[in-house]
Amino acid sequence: MLKRLGTWDVLVIVVLVAVIIGSSILVEGFASSRFWGFLLLDVIPIALIALPMTLIVITGEIDLSVASVLGLSSAVMGQLWLHGLPLPLILPLVVLLGAVLGAVNGLFITGFGLPSLAVTIGTLALYRGLAYVVLGDKAVADFPFSWTGNMIEALPGTTVPWVALVVLVLAVVFAVVLHATPIGRGLYAIGNNDQAAAFSGISVARTKFWLFVLTGTVAALAGFFWTMRYASARADNGAGLELSVVAAVLLGGVSIFGGRGTLVGVMAGVLLLITLRNALQLADVPADTLTVVTGTLLIISVVGPNAASMLRARIRRRRPATA
Amino acid sequence: MTTATKPAPGPTRARGDVRGAHRLFVVRELGIALALILLITVTTISNPRFLNAQGRKDLMLGATILVVLAVGQAIVVITRNVDLSVGSVLGLSAFATGKLFLAMPDAPIVLALLAGVGLGLLCGIVNGALIAVARVPALVVTLGTLYVFRGIDYSWAAGQQINAADMPRGFKNMGTQTLLGVPVLALFAVVVLLVAGFYLRNYRSGRELYAIGSDPAAARLSGIPVGKRVFAAMAVSGGLAGLAGVLYAARFGTLDAAAGTGIELNVVAAVVVGGVAIFGGSGSVYGAALGAVLLSTIGAALPVLRIDPFWQQAVVGALILAAIGLDRALTARIAHRLRGRRARGA
Repeated sequence: MLKRLGTWDVLVIVVLVAVIIGSSILVEGFASSRFWGFLLLDVIPIALIALPMTLIVITGEIDLSVASVLGLSSAVMGQLWLHGLPLPLILPLVVLLGAVLGAVNGLFITGFGLPSLAVTIGTLALYRGLAYVVLGDKAVADFPFSWTGNMIEALPGTTVPWVALVVLVLAVVFAVVLHATPIGRGLYAIGNNDQAAAFSGISVARTKFWLFVLTGTVAALAGFFWTMRYASARADNGAGLELSVVAAVLLGGVSIFGGRGTLVGVMAGVLLLITLRNALQLADVPADTLTVVTGTLLIISVVGPNAASMLRARIRRRRPATA
Repeated sequence: MTTATKPAPGPTRARGDVRGAHRLFVVRELGIALALILLITVTTISNPRFLNAQGRKDLMLGATILVVLAVGQAIVVITRNVDLSVGSVLGLSAFATGKLFLAMPDAPIVLALLAGVGLGLLCGIVNGALIAVARVPALVVTLGTLYVFRGIDYSWAAGQQINAADMPRGFKNMGTQTLLGVPVLALFAVVVLLVAGFYLRNYRSGRELYAIGSDPAAARLSGIPVGKRVFAAMAVSGGLAGLAGVLYAARFGTLDAAAGTGIELNVVAAVVVGGVAIFGGSGSVYGAALGAVLLSTIGAALPVLRIDPFWQQAVVGALILAAIGLDRALTARIAHRLRGRRARGA
């Protein structure tokens, strides 16, 4: 698995480590374990959704509806809770809802052969709209503390939230599937050339369909976590989060054209994005600057490798002339 | 389901047949126009005041900004790119207009227009340069500049709000005055639409945008300066978003850094609903403008029809899905018909 790491993944990890070391020295309070507990709570929803999103982008598709699935799940949770359903029943229902919403995306994309960008911009609006239809602008906040408190509970003796450990386990599972199984190799093959992949016996449409189901399911899980963490079910929960997820995935070295990228890189990208944001916040840098930083990071992450390879090609072209 | 359902990239689609493709556009635009007429009729029957003088004015004003943005977006999408930064550019330019009038209360309107368009053009040039020079996908670049421009807007505004009282009377009048029943602001949209439509149809470089969108590699091989054209399309989109920002300032008067947040979604929706294929090469600015009018009219009609306004976004989403589904179905039908004709001819 390690030999799959390209130069970009290593670079992201190096930058991440540099940011952590630099912030520990320069930013007061950054090195505290309490701060890292909060930071990991911020990482969880983005890291969670970034897992299936990585697989989708590697196949050359995109899912922009994830944050709306999160919002709709949260709204449905609120409405079900108002109707007196117990949380142990709400959780599986919400996960099922996410799977269905993902399946709708998958059906439009693979069944009707429509571009995923257009379809998921449509369902981004549709699902968010339905979230408002379900819950309006109400907020449902009277969830029992046994759930909301438990969701941000730290592992005994540490400040690491136990959910972060669940995400870590999931990340390892995703990484093994992507980098060490035929399924994962198939995803790269689809992203590189889906016609060639189809000729070599990979069921392209079916694979993509299930990837969208997976993304919907995970986004709904993230919605459950979000609602419990903030103890508030709202239709606008997670609005705009799709941009952060896509930014983190691309920052992690996944090519928007598909066929390239690793999960280690993506997880480093998620951590880099959130660490940098929280460190700047802790250093009293205004929120507006954080927005600029996020955007600039994203642009650098795509322009950087391209510019570097163009430069390398130019140098290589020049070398024979001087020899 | 096999991969055969995925649209084959490139010019092998039925778009080669000019007459068939042309008929497709007309069908699409007629369809949107019919939907629009139906919507207005039903709403007017439900409440006749929907279409009185004030109602007509509100409808036109409501559509103006979206139409200007949709024309720019259509030009970009035709080249198989996308500009997600338009909402942020609009916000930046609207705030700049307010700042301009704060600094120079007597500044002529033309100066405000030039400043707004210029600022938007500058943003568009940044987008275009990153895309064309570094050969990076527009989706990612404009996703990045969406954050960057908005962040600049917020740090510039620093919580400041500009009120209508800070704007000169002449500029505010531009936002409310009408000419022969048509709001002055809407005239801007009409002019932009006609100029863009004329250019795309009658200029070689305009038609080359379609060629680029159909198959960028083939366009490059046939000598079309793809990078230059895409750069220009992004610059135009930015400039129009800048213009939309000035119009926004004139219409609403009250400005903060959040102006136009999230509008990029509505703009892309308008373009897609208007029959511009998201993967480039087909569609028209007229369709995109019709799509924009339809979306803004839905927004105005729902409360009149006593439908919970919470439904609006859901309706927009459903409409996008219906529109791209219909586009796919029509394309498939024309492809089928063409194949039949060719078989008979052989």
